[in-house]
Amino acid sequence: MSWEPISEITKKVQAGKLKAIDLVDESVKSIKANIDYHALLTTADKSDIVEKAYKKAQEIDEKVKKGEKVGRLAGVPFIAKDNFLATSGYTTAASWILAPFEAPYQATAINRLEAEGALLVGKANLDAFAHGSSTENSRFGPTLNPHDKTRVPGGSSGGSGAAVALDIAPFALGTDTGGSIRLPASYCGVVGYKPTYGLVSRYGVVAMASSTDVIGPLTRRVDDTAVVLDVISGKDVFDGTTIERDSTSYLQLDTNLKGKKIGIIKQYFTDGLDRGVKKQIEISIEKLKKAGAEVREINLPSIDLALACYYIIVPAEVSSNLSRYDGQRYGYSAKEAKNLDESYEITRDLGFEAENKRRIMIGTYVLSSGYYDAYYRKAQTVRTKLINEFNDVFNTVDFLLGPTAPTTAFKIGANVDSPLQMYLADIMTVAVNLVGIPAISLPAGESENMPVGLQLMAPQHRDRALLGLAKAYEELA
Amino acid sequence: MSKISAAVVRKLAALSRLQLTDEEVERYQKDLSEILSYVEVLQSVDVAGLEPTSQVTGLMNVTRPDEVLDYKTTPQQLLKNAPAVEAHQFKVKRII
Repeated sequence: MSWEPISEITKKVQAGKLKAIDLVDESVKSIKANIDYHALLTTADKSDIVEKAYKKAQEIDEKVKKGEKVGRLAGVPFIAKDNFLATSGYTTAASWILAPFEAPYQATAINRLEAEGALLVGKANLDAFAHGSSTENSRFGPTLNPHDKTRVPGGSSGGSGAAVALDIAPFALGTDTGGSIRLPASYCGVVGYKPTYGLVSRYGVVAMASSTDVIGPLTRRVDDTAVVLDVISGKDVFDGTTIERDSTSYLQLDTNLKGKKIGIIKQYFTDGLDRGVKKQIEISIEKLKKAGAEVREINLPSIDLALACYYIIVPAEVSSNLSRYDGQRYGYSAKEAKNLDESYEITRDLGFEAENKRRIMIGTYVLSSGYYDAYYRKAQTVRTKLINEFNDVFNTVDFLLGPTAPTTAFKIGANVDSPLQMYLADIMTVAVNLVGIPAISLPAGESENMPVGLQLMAPQHRDRALLGLAKAYEELA
Repeated sequence: MSKISAAVVRKLAALSRLQLTDEEVERYQKDLSEILSYVEVLQSVDVAGLEPTSQVTGLMNVTRPDEVLDYKTTPQQLLKNAPAVEAHQFKVKRII
């Protein structure tokens, strides 16, 4: 079955017309029916996560029976990418080095969702430590695209994107360091939201690149995104980078397109853009124009530098964040090591995936003395240039628009031999993370039967305005 | 194209605490050379008068009250994940 809007589900649960237990049953059925796609790293049977969900569902149903009020997300099943710590089941980050790891505490996002009655039913596959664009870097094998099993679902939140597209749950949590929510949303044909940097607490989420990491939901529709964002956003004392949010619900959206100024990013419409994708984006632009939006082409000359900038700054932060995995306090530890140094070195060599090791070494290189100024400091300064250009452009338009990715989902195995080729899948998503602004990927038709993603961006802190535009577009489509 | 030597890869691996096989050294020599060549495009960018950015929302010196919080986490829970434990402590290989 396909899920109703989340606000409909919760209304029915509160009214006693839908049982939370039956909703968990639906998810469990779907987990079992879609096992071939390998969207999840957890199972439906003998799962601590599912058992806990059933227990909590029962509590919700009993409360409703007694006429008590239940939470804003009561009875709604959800999936979390397996780089979110949860106190039920294991957390692997799709890596061997964390196998096995039972988290002693839980991510703030999961705590907030559970406090409102949402029910975690599974953990989604990802590229190990969220390093990748296809979910092929998972130690436990790739996830298959729900629209075509021979293609990737995108990454790194590929399991989350596939889980929503397969109707395993109404929403899934993902993380987005350079496009890892938006790319799978685009490839799987769902909505993927990357909030303003700092809007959602990352406490209890495996860190990748601390200056760009954000977490956000993948859903079927913009309203569902708004409901989830309402619950997970806002300051958290356990994450010093979190920002205040306003007190109005993200469901209060301005969907009037009249007079809204939208800038088309010129640099995203080059020869590298697939013709089928281009056509769908042009159709989307026409729809927005017809509905009264003022659309014009804008120029962001440094946006072409974003990917190079990203692949210096992010590996640098990765090399630092991944230094904690040393095989001594938790996770995998090489038994054959003869001394402590060997224990670190063999554990890390066997425990990390090739892409993890590439990024750790690139990061170590750009941070090492003699190269620091030429690479890392230079990239940070180009980042400033990029931010300035975005700020200038946002003085003339309210939003920016482009494709989410230059192509639709590629074939499994197509890019595994060239890490650089794989990086190019993120060419249209990384700038947003470097600048710290919110962005969304929305389903925008198909090209040769594969979903196309439309990407919309807004200035920092303009999350509500962006969701309003997204909803207006959704109503046109 | 900037070429990374095998010696540089081995040095990076040592700094990163990774014991690479010879095949891996060869593979990463190629991969790292490719990636570093790609990012070289930044070298010629004019950034005169600009300061580097390390964070994007302008927050500074974020602190919270220095109070003990009860996480309800027990030492046993933390030690449960450890590869080796002795006398209620993490056990590591002999250092001296």
